[in-house]
Amino acid sequence: MVKSIQLEALVAMKIGKFCEEDSGPEMVVGILLGMEDGDRLEITNCSPFPRSTDNADLDQYQMDIQKAHRNVNIDHLQVGWFQPAVHGNFMNKMFLDTQMSYQASIDESVAVMYDPLKTSKGCLSMKAYRITPQMMEMYSKQSAAITIDVLKEQKVQFSTMFEEIPIEIKVSPLASILLHKLKREDPVPKKVEYLNLSHGSSLEHQLRLMMSSVDELTQESGKFVQHQRSVAKYNQHKNNTIQRRATENAARQTRGEPPLPTEPDLSKIPRPSAPPQRIEALLASQQVNQYCQQIKDFAGQGLGRVFMAEAMENNEI
Amino acid sequence: MDFLSVKVHPTVLLTMVDSYERRKEDARRVIGTLLGNIAGNEVTITSCFCVPHNESRDEVAVDMEFARTMTDFHLKTNPNEVIVGWYATGMEISAHSVLIHEYYCRETKNPIHLVMDTDVQAGDMDIKCYIASSIGMPGETKKGTLFQPIETEVVYYDSERVIVDTINSGITKLQETGKGVPRETLLKLQTDYDTVIESTSSLLYHVNFVSSYVDRVVKGEIPKDSKVGRKLMDLMKLVPYMEEKEFSAMLNNNLNDTLMVRYLAEAVKAHVVLNEKLVNTAVPVVA
Repeated sequence: MVKSIQLEALVAMKIGKFCEEDSGPEMVVGILLGMEDGDRLEITNCSPFPRSTDNADLDQYQMDIQKAHRNVNIDHLQVGWFQPAVHGNFMNKMFLDTQMSYQASIDESVAVMYDPLKTSKGCLSMKAYRITPQMMEMYSKQSAAITIDVLKEQKVQFSTMFEEIPIEIKVSPLASILLHKLKREDPVPKKVEYLNLSHGSSLEHQLRLMMSSVDELTQESGKFVQHQRSVAKYNQHKNNTIQRRATENAARQTRGEPPLPTEPDLSKIPRPSAPPQRIEALLASQQVNQYCQQIKDFAGQGLGRVFMAEAMENNEI
Repeated sequence: MDFLSVKVHPTVLLTMVDSYERRKEDARRVIGTLLGNIAGNEVTITSCFCVPHNESRDEVAVDMEFARTMTDFHLKTNPNEVIVGWYATGMEISAHSVLIHEYYCRETKNPIHLVMDTDVQAGDMDIKCYIASSIGMPGETKKGTLFQPIETEVVYYDSERVIVDTINSGITKLQETGKGVPRETLLKLQTDYDTVIESTSSLLYHVNFVSSYVDRVVKGEIPKDSKVGRKLMDLMKLVPYMEEKEFSAMLNNNLNDTLMVRYLAEAVKAHVVLNEKLVNTAVPVVA
């Protein structure tokens, strides 16, 4: 059970640097190294993956790197993985599968999602996620057929799929001396604007992402409703056939003929298709939920800046 | 090729500090390879890794095989980087440094030697870069090596800058609570609001500083400086002139947009929860 995460300052910097230099498609960028201490996970270093390799090479690379790290006293235990996620759009099947495979083999692994866009605009944004035990059980047992009934049975909702674990940044005394010296020599950032008022484009981007997730959710709901309808039709058809058989039997009885079997041949009625998978819908719901939360936070601080600009303008006059 | 200046990323410096903290018990200093890019007569150092070595009074042994394999690994993840030099912690440059420098001369034409004072002598952690040049008497075959200091500058990616600022403000906040800074400082990540408050207070501080300086110059306490005066003039010119109505119209638009988006987000969130509840309480499907 991982309840809190201690991330070293070095790891935060390295993740920021890797994601800045990696302009490829968003996928797993690297692994996290560290160790577990009770219910606290310490992440002490991270190691990026090489670009464009296939799986066999990747395993060999990981083993070689682990050996190398041992020589210089760097922790070699894998405790998770990290990935850049612009505006938090990481909630898809690939994320679930990757974290599932990591968590199955290494019990304490976490997935750290880093938002490079938000960080470069002024707010360090790193979040750590783990799959909840109920979700793990349900997904690993029946990864093929997650339907409504299975969900109801296991009591899994979109908000209980993942749990977010708070991250704390650990700074050693020597590192804090270094960082203090860096800040002292260069106190005002040249390119980062912390009090930028033009957040319109960022809001637009987030809203567009949210719209596509909502579209996905609507599609999944549509599939479910269709399935419901086809099942209702089937049931109705079935009942009609049984009733017809019953009335026919009653008619035959009055005429004195032998009754037909009460259970008519149901195979002629078209059966409805299999119930739809709900996993995509769950992920889409959670993604939309996340976007909403993010937009609310972002709008909140945007309001703060606008009010400040207003106050300054009024004071001048 | 002669280099005029060196640019270092803070990630490199933090990695050096980390490898120093993880050194073997009997080692006094750590060395490692620097990787980066060369552009004209400017070198940018973007990453580094530690190389195990043994140093005693008489001899020095560097695990070169390890250095080579680690370089290969690094190049796989970042094919644009090349070896540009080596680093060492601790300010002294000894005869051993010359030997190690010669090894690195084989890897790249003009290696940079970065030195970081992890013993924090004189109360500050000095970071210096050196270039080697040979010295000697004309006609003598034996030549010595002179390490010349070269101009060093720390450059940041935007994300690196934000991380450095965040950690610094976190540490400052801890100091202000009066509990002192414990041996292992643990900082919580800031929310969006914290960054706005943070930058506002820093802006306020700077504005107060400048205005008090101007007051003192006007009173005659500090001598006038035309350079500073010109810079202040440029600063004043940066504030654009806008009609009051225009400005408040812009602000109101911005305000309305932000509020609308916020309400919309709340509505969508409620919808998603409702969707889940409805789907889950649907009549059980019997087929």
